[in-house]
Amino acid sequence: MKKLLIALVALVPTLAFAAGGGAPLEKANIDLNDQESLQRGLDLFQNNCAGCHSTQYQRYERVATDLGIPLDEMRAKYLPEGTKIGELMENAIPDADAAKWFGASPPDLTLVARVRGEDWIYSYLHGFYEDESRPFGVNNTIFPSVGMPHVLEGLQGLPVKQEDGTLVATGGTLSPEEYDQVVRDITGFLVYSGDPIKLERERLGWWVMGFLFIFFVVAYLLKKEYWKDVH
Amino acid sequence: MNKAPVDTGRRRFLTAATAVVGGAGAAAVAVPFIKSWNPSAKAKAAGAPVEVNISKVEPGQLIRVEWRGKPVWVVRRTQEIIDGLPAIDAQLRDPDSVEPQQPAYAQNPERSIKAEYFIAVGLCTHLGCSPTYLPDTFGEQVEGVASGFFCPCHGSKFDMAGRVFQGVPAPLNLVIPPHQYIDDSTVLIGVDKGDA
Amino acid sequence: MVKNIVSWIDERIPMTATYNRHVGQYATPTNFNFWYFFGSLAMLVLVNQLLTGIWLTMNYVPTAEGAFASIEYIMRDVEYGWLLRYMHSTGASAFFVVIYLHMFRGLIYGSYQKPRELLWLFGMLIFLVLMAEAFMGYLLPWGQMSYWGAQVIISLFGAIPVIGDDLTLWIRGDFVVSGATLNRFFALHVIALPLVLVVLVFLHLIALHEVGSNNPDGIEIKKNKDENGWPKDGIPFHPYYTVKDIMGVAGFLIVFCYVLFFMPEGGGYFLEKPNFEAANPMKTPEHIAPVWYFTPFYAILRAIPDKLMGVIGMGLAIAVLFVLPWLDRCKVKSIRYRSMIHKVNISQFAISFLVLGYLGAVPATPALTIAARIFTLTYFGFFLFLWIYSKNEKTKPVPERLTH
Repeated sequence: MKKLLIALVALVPTLAFAAGGGAPLEKANIDLNDQESLQRGLDLFQNNCAGCHSTQYQRYERVATDLGIPLDEMRAKYLPEGTKIGELMENAIPDADAAKWFGASPPDLTLVARVRGEDWIYSYLHGFYEDESRPFGVNNTIFPSVGMPHVLEGLQGLPVKQEDGTLVATGGTLSPEEYDQVVRDITGFLVYSGDPIKLERERLGWWVMGFLFIFFVVAYLLKKEYWKDVH
Repeated sequence: MNKAPVDTGRRRFLTAATAVVGGAGAAAVAVPFIKSWNPSAKAKAAGAPVEVNISKVEPGQLIRVEWRGKPVWVVRRTQEIIDGLPAIDAQLRDPDSVEPQQPAYAQNPERSIKAEYFIAVGLCTHLGCSPTYLPDTFGEQVEGVASGFFCPCHGSKFDMAGRVFQGVPAPLNLVIPPHQYIDDSTVLIGVDKGDA
Repeated sequence: MVKNIVSWIDERIPMTATYNRHVGQYATPTNFNFWYFFGSLAMLVLVNQLLTGIWLTMNYVPTAEGAFASIEYIMRDVEYGWLLRYMHSTGASAFFVVIYLHMFRGLIYGSYQKPRELLWLFGMLIFLVLMAEAFMGYLLPWGQMSYWGAQVIISLFGAIPVIGDDLTLWIRGDFVVSGATLNRFFALHVIALPLVLVVLVFLHLIALHEVGSNNPDGIEIKKNKDENGWPKDGIPFHPYYTVKDIMGVAGFLIVFCYVLFFMPEGGGYFLEKPNFEAANPMKTPEHIAPVWYFTPFYAILRAIPDKLMGVIGMGLAIAVLFVLPWLDRCKVKSIRYRSMIHKVNISQFAISFLVLGYLGAVPATPALTIAARIFTLTYFGFFLFLWIYSKNEKTKPVPERLTH
């Protein structure tokens, strides 16, 4: 019987690591506790991505509160004309227009980090390279034949695929290290967007674990006390 | 079964301890269930303060705006009406607005910040129907009072400052919502001055 | 005062008698081990699912247009909505963990054998309804996996000759999975199936308390009674097993809450990644797999290279469990006193089930398909071998009284 249990347990990790595959991804190494990074991520997202991509399941007010941005600053910097702070962040171009321009409407990105994972986003934003055969002149190593221009080209420069497969970018305003940080900031913001409650959930989780441990000890002692009758 | 003597004290203590800890846990579990009934972020966003432009309201006219899903009235009162308010004090339940149905800045004879504009939540304090504004025919309800509000559900009557008459089911004056003037022609309903 | 109220009630309904029969004076074997926690835990998870389910219904929108957004609304805008939702989603997986272990307990200790056949049948019906309940519930978030999973499973019925196509159309109420399908699944998930489930659980308990609990020795404690008619190896359920089950609940909750608070996606197995993308009838996710608790049966379906046979094979994999009490012809219940061949057979069955579960979760490759076929054979082989060797099985002598 013990052996069976061991076999059961041994199979669990095989199951857990079965998912995945595809091109190797770079580690994003984001930190949800780094509010400044998340604030920069929001800023970068609003200025570079939000023109086409909405994050329509979250509200300006909640994002401002969670990221430690004063509401007035949030209003002044990121709210479109006529939008209230409590509204959803639906500030994207109409789907029909987008479909005309890009061939498909740009997806909402609120949950992209939960669909793709943080490393995917980080690698994707590093994956653009020059490819004249594509409509926007760029392709992507992580998402081949992607229907999106390299929006951050001004920052990174236009990467060119070398013979060994690596990408080398020139002509951007940022150094490679600075660009890594920019991408990490955006990734962090999207990870936050996908699961805004994560930090609070884990904080609460430790209290719950502590409580349950005490409950278990008390229940164990009670059981032992009563079972003296039996054993 | 083992017939060894039982330590009843220890047993009772551990039972109580488990009950207390378990009970605390059960109470804690109830919290999310209870709190989830509070207004959601969406409801709160929809209940955000509303800006109203009052420059187009004619004397004697009532306009309705929605705040937190409730009708809020803005009535422009004529000087004649304002002057007539103290005359009916004797027929009212709470002529001096003692009950806390209004913010402190509206606890005055006109129950408003500016006497000319009466702003109130248009829901009867009896059971929540919305009273009808009778600008000319209120005299049929209360003799000698030209205009007022009459609730069609159970016949409660209010004067032009939202004060309830005696002898009707409604117990209290109409509620004055928190509000403030941003400028002469704009009112923000839903927040007191200094709160925004 | 309390005494008066109790006797007032007892004169009108048998409250005290019922309590004594099922809790206070219910004679329970003294030697329950780890495996015996899962019955009460299943009850706990059922209550959790019912309560959180009711609360989720308060904010969920059962339309194709609104369902996905309403889940995010619950997760973000409703106070503690995220907790209620994760309690429900983690609870769904926990339900199957607990039920599978509960069933395995029945398997190793022969709890399905005479006189507990009906108890086992009610249990199997619960398992069946639970699978339907989970399947329909998984459509409700209206994510990509919800949508395409439902599409695939409903299409299974299309394998039935003659009526198949009409049947799938009828189940969906549309030419593809659509808002009509979502609405009927919602109605069944929140009203019909929970009612059936609660009734079946009630019958399961009535059947259990009529025949009495089995135990790791597989001995009927009722055969050995003292002068008062109380089984010598029996103890009243309360307080002994209530306090023990409370301890079990605490232990279970430690694991459950750890998953809930620190890994609610369960590594992508409890909440699958593509399900964070709204349903798109124009685009199938690259790799579609059912939720983990269906994967053993899904692997059997995929292993058989014929649509109709595959569906039959999958159905049979569940159906054969129903007749287990009659396949096992041995008189000895517990694995402790049965032959080596039985121990080997049960072990290989458990391994087959787990491996099939793994294979059903990963994309099929030719090599893995062959593996799936082998383990499909061993899965069914368990029942066939059991039927053959159990007739004249060499068993060990069963003791008169419980061992510890």
